[in-house]
Amino acid sequence: MGKSKIVVVRSSDVIRASGKVNTELLARTVEQGLCRLTSEEEPADAISHFYSPKDKIGLKVNCLAGRMASTHPEIALVVADLLKTIGIKDKNIVVWDRSSRELKEIGFPLNANGSGPRCFGTDAQGVGYSQELINYKQIGSLLSRVMESFTNVQVNLPVLKDHSLSGVTCALKNYFGAVHNPNKYHDDGCDPFIADLNQVPQIREQQRLVVCDALRVQFNGGPSYHPQWAENFGGIIVGEDPVAVDFVGYQIIDRIRRKHGLPDLEKAGRKPKHIFTAADEKHKLGMASLERIELVEMRI
Amino acid sequence: MGRVDRRQFLKCSLCAAGGMILPGVLPNESILGSGGDASAAVAQAALSQVEARYYKKLEHKEIQCELCPRECRVGDRERGYCGCRENQGGTYYTLVHSYPCSAHVDPIEKKPLFHFLPGTQAFSIATAGCNLNCKFCQNWEISQVRPEQVRTYHLPPADIAAYAQESKSRSIAYTYSEPIVFYEYMVDCARAGRERGIKSVVITAGYINHDPWLELISEVDAIKVDFKAFTEDFYRDVCQGKLKPVMDALVDLAKSDIWYELVYLVVPTLNDDPNDIRRMSRWMVKELGRDVPIHFTRFHPMYLLKNLPPTPVSSLEKAREIAMEEGMNFVYVGNVPGNPGENTYCPACKRVLIERVGYRIIQMNLKDGACTHCGKSVPGVWS
Repeated sequence: MGKSKIVVVRSSDVIRASGKVNTELLARTVEQGLCRLTSEEEPADAISHFYSPKDKIGLKVNCLAGRMASTHPEIALVVADLLKTIGIKDKNIVVWDRSSRELKEIGFPLNANGSGPRCFGTDAQGVGYSQELINYKQIGSLLSRVMESFTNVQVNLPVLKDHSLSGVTCALKNYFGAVHNPNKYHDDGCDPFIADLNQVPQIREQQRLVVCDALRVQFNGGPSYHPQWAENFGGIIVGEDPVAVDFVGYQIIDRIRRKHGLPDLEKAGRKPKHIFTAADEKHKLGMASLERIELVEMRI
Repeated sequence: MGRVDRRQFLKCSLCAAGGMILPGVLPNESILGSGGDASAAVAQAALSQVEARYYKKLEHKEIQCELCPRECRVGDRERGYCGCRENQGGTYYTLVHSYPCSAHVDPIEKKPLFHFLPGTQAFSIATAGCNLNCKFCQNWEISQVRPEQVRTYHLPPADIAAYAQESKSRSIAYTYSEPIVFYEYMVDCARAGRERGIKSVVITAGYINHDPWLELISEVDAIKVDFKAFTEDFYRDVCQGKLKPVMDALVDLAKSDIWYELVYLVVPTLNDDPNDIRRMSRWMVKELGRDVPIHFTRFHPMYLLKNLPPTPVSSLEKAREIAMEEGMNFVYVGNVPGNPGENTYCPACKRVLIERVGYRIIQMNLKDGACTHCGKSVPGVWS
């Protein structure tokens, strides 16, 4: 079994002193990360590894925790622009999460059918959840119709954070926002629920690429925003393997925690078990060890 | 959210024979076709913002809920397991106070409560949410969703009491989903009802902490507890809960003066072991007494347990036989209309006290709470 390639690209200037994102620099960061991931020279060729002009693409962001602890809208817009360079039409790009209110609150431009990529929550009128229950392992949920009816493949755009229950929230946990009842999956550190949910065929088959927002990393006290524990890491993590992305994110959080004199997540009693469950023989969703990951770290 | 006047509401409630009104996940019919600003198309969720009771504030805007045995630690902007209580900036709120998603006028026998005002109607309400996740849930479309995912009506407690009175209901029933999760609303409705002489009955799994439970017992008039099984394995694997807190809650009921009854849904292969039913019956005789009614009811494939057949009637009759052998006085078979196990029999003379078919009472041989045949006093709330 081969290694999973993960690219971490950092730029100390991508978040300006004002706190705003340097969009131009962010675009270069994402593009270079994707090129390195795919060994391509051109960003359009890189994104073509994962998507074709026929696809209807969902950009699944995480915007539950307010403006300061959610996926930056700029990342979604950069990825959407990149998708358009390979001929994907605006109407076939949907930036989405659980609710339109939360998307709007953190600065996503809601857009049902106007010009530009579409953007709305599962709770928008006419969207909602599937009629049929997913009944799979420990999962009993209705799936967002964004995944069922509006898109056929996803770009996973999570935000890397510490999480009081699961230890880490990143790519795997981002799909909690795709079902109607995530509150039912919080027991036992969300394990094995996160892994089981990612193994559901409707989700697993749509997962192609992760572009993780690690611009500002909430390394303690998450998933809520606490400024005293938020680090301007200035990074993005890209990869095909969501488990490996989460594993690398886990290492980054622990590294930042050590720098700030905090115990590792495991010592703090919240080792992200779900990452290892997702990698186990029953799930085989990806790699969760450094020996199985080809980690490339870049700086711009 | 819908808005109705009282007359419309009552008309709807009373006409919706045999089922709840207003349930269901928001419909999906109007696709985003109008163009322009999607914000105009966002469903307007009706959520209350009434501070929850029974929780404590922790550091860094975290809270810990103390209402049920889960005792969820909930970060800012997050919700508890029930999905209908939310931490907003370090204060915990119930999102469902005054926003029921279901309302109906039911016979009290439907709850089932067989020894509590038989033949009367109960004005029955529910909000979204539950603190368990039973794989056989019959009402999962309201219990296992978030409040913004169902249609709701704005019905403050005073309106509930008024509707109950206008519909000639003797009681308000908190039912269908899990009323523990709308605790504040339930207690406020019970108080509003009491001012009008209307009783309150709670239909619950009894998965609640001691202090709020005792307060609830003091506020309402009858409680029916769904006793899911007598094994921890079943509570863990099928309900995502624990048995012990439910047993503790039942002992609290036994120590109180409130009227209560139990239901045991018999699920083939999962909780129908005669040995478990015998152990449970012995425990009930010892801890609760012989006079607490228990209803062994029939399971139908539903929600996440569609792979199992309906409970054979013989299994229900066997469970009834075991409980009676162990000394329980009032043991019923439920969800099997016409079965003799639906009737109440006098524990002394063994003759029929109340004959039922489904939710209908065919004959009643009780006078002033005593058997008209032999004069034996029968436990219950009869008038």
